[in-house]
Amino acid sequence: MNNASAVQRSEGVWRIAWRRFRGDRVGMISLVVVCGFLLLIAAAASGIVAKDWQRERAVPNAPPGFMGPAAAEAASVIEGPKGPPVDLSDIDPLAPRYKEWAERAAKLHTTEEAKALTLPLGADHFGRDVLAKAIKGTQVSVFVGVLAALLATVIGTLLGALAGFFGKRVGDFLEWLYNVFTAVPDILLIFAFAAVMGRGVSTVVLILALTGWTGLYRQVRAEFIKHSSREYVRAAEAIGASSGSRMFRHILPNVSHVILVRMSLLVVGFIKSEVILSYLGLGVPVDQVSWGTMLAEAQSELILGHWWQLATATVFMATFVTAFSLMADAWRDALDPKLRGAE
Amino acid sequence: MLAYVIRRLWQMVPTLLGVVLLVFLLFHYFGSDPSVIMAGQNATPEQIAAIRQQLGLDQPAYVQFWIFLKQIATFDWGRSWATNEAVSSLFRTRMPATMTVMLPILIMDTLIAVPIALGVAYVRGSLTDRTLMVVTTVALSISFLVYVIVGQYVFGFQLGWFPVQGWSDSVATNLSTYVPLPVLLAVMVGVSPQTRLYRSFFLDELGQDYVRTARAKGMREGAVLFKHVLRNAMIPILTNVGLALPGIFVGSFLIEVFFSIPGLGREVLLAVNRSDYPVIQAATVYLAMLTMLINLATDLLYTVVDPRVVLK
Repeated sequence: MNNASAVQRSEGVWRIAWRRFRGDRVGMISLVVVCGFLLLIAAAASGIVAKDWQRERAVPNAPPGFMGPAAAEAASVIEGPKGPPVDLSDIDPLAPRYKEWAERAAKLHTTEEAKALTLPLGADHFGRDVLAKAIKGTQVSVFVGVLAALLATVIGTLLGALAGFFGKRVGDFLEWLYNVFTAVPDILLIFAFAAVMGRGVSTVVLILALTGWTGLYRQVRAEFIKHSSREYVRAAEAIGASSGSRMFRHILPNVSHVILVRMSLLVVGFIKSEVILSYLGLGVPVDQVSWGTMLAEAQSELILGHWWQLATATVFMATFVTAFSLMADAWRDALDPKLRGAE
Repeated sequence: MLAYVIRRLWQMVPTLLGVVLLVFLLFHYFGSDPSVIMAGQNATPEQIAAIRQQLGLDQPAYVQFWIFLKQIATFDWGRSWATNEAVSSLFRTRMPATMTVMLPILIMDTLIAVPIALGVAYVRGSLTDRTLMVVTTVALSISFLVYVIVGQYVFGFQLGWFPVQGWSDSVATNLSTYVPLPVLLAVMVGVSPQTRLYRSFFLDELGQDYVRTARAKGMREGAVLFKHVLRNAMIPILTNVGLALPGIFVGSFLIEVFFSIPGLGREVLLAVNRSDYPVIQAATVYLAMLTMLINLATDLLYTVVDPRVVLK
């Protein structure tokens, strides 16, 4: 085309959305917060921070720095014996070997690590740094949420695209599958999967994805039904584009904003589910740390008045989830104003 | 009406078969071998073989599926592998405790969320509305777990207003003593999302032409809100309550575990931890049935709430 430069190019949907998003102050602030968390997670994953979160750095349940060290426990009530020790060596059968043992013990070197009395955000009942745990926990929890949401999105998009594009038999079959998965209450479905699949981080991701794809499927299907009869898709068909090409090269980019919004809502939901599952003993195993396992530990600590682990995990989680939901809301408003109100 | 109900019931059959198939495949092909679970750690191969035969696991898959279908149809799931209690009696004895907690939660959630939502939708955009939206966003981002941990500590342990946990045989004692704390905490968590959702329903209705007409003919605001808007928003609200209704039968697992309430939710969780397959399978299949029936009942209720709705 010769006059291509003369034709004014219309602005792309992403560019328009970005312009709208930039005008949204709440959205921008939450984007910055989420990016900050992502940097923290990258740092934790690469071992720059919180690498030795399992090291017992402080005395058990050391309070946060601003509270000062814990008051010393009241001294033992039973008084020690007074007077010189009684000499038992002539009747003690082990007496001849004490010297030998003492020599052997002297050969072993033990280093006494100085345990801190306070840490910036306190320590848990093993003396592990709560701040390091929270950072590492952020990495695991967000990883679980994001990966499960990605997986659920792939499943939902693929099935939704097939159902919406082909309809007929394929559509009927997938609708049946959808009905089956939504007939069982969510949490029960998660439990049934958990019962057969064992425990572990990858299992949690898989369970959440396998039970959480239905809402996204429904929406993608509706979008594909709408789009598959549009002119641009018919035109693509006329020039010989295959079904796969029409589905994923022509239609998918045009509905990707819907998918993105849905996926970000899934992330928030999955992060919350991980916490509950970990508490119930079906989630992240005990040798790893997540917000869920931190909160589960915090229950017994709170009774003893050690509130700092609970507070730290709650603040980390609430900040991330609030920022992420507000960001998702802003994305939704920027990308597809029609979706407003859909939770 | 009757024809509609019959047709809907008929349509449930394939879905229900799907659920049964899903549960069967899940436990048959992905679950570990039940005979190994049941025999324990020091079992001889003969013992395992005996259990396999007893459970019918040595039969071909289609025979096992047939046995599974028969169990569902006759409501006879045999006995729990872990406690040897009949599965049917397990359901009968655990269900009341679950309902005692969950029914008040659902009712209070709705009764509190609807007026607040109507109120803030009416003053949309005002400081009250925006403040409430921010508060609910933050409230929503705190885990349910934190609410129950802190709530139990503050109200049960520190202030001593409620017992920390417990349960009795008398419904009246349960309702007056043990239920209030879990209900209070669950309602605190549940009201936020409900309010946001109902607010959006009311906003949709408040923008309709009939509201302007009602105002134009000089109706009082109260009448506009409660006679017109509320009535019209009943359908989405009813749908939402209908969606929450199956949940009251399984209960909130977290609440039952946390407050040691001997309900169905805790029982199912115990079953998951003990790999007690019959209990999980029965719970999944029957809850699916119940969910479908409740959906049907909700659809039928639409005609009562809104005479314009025609079932077809």
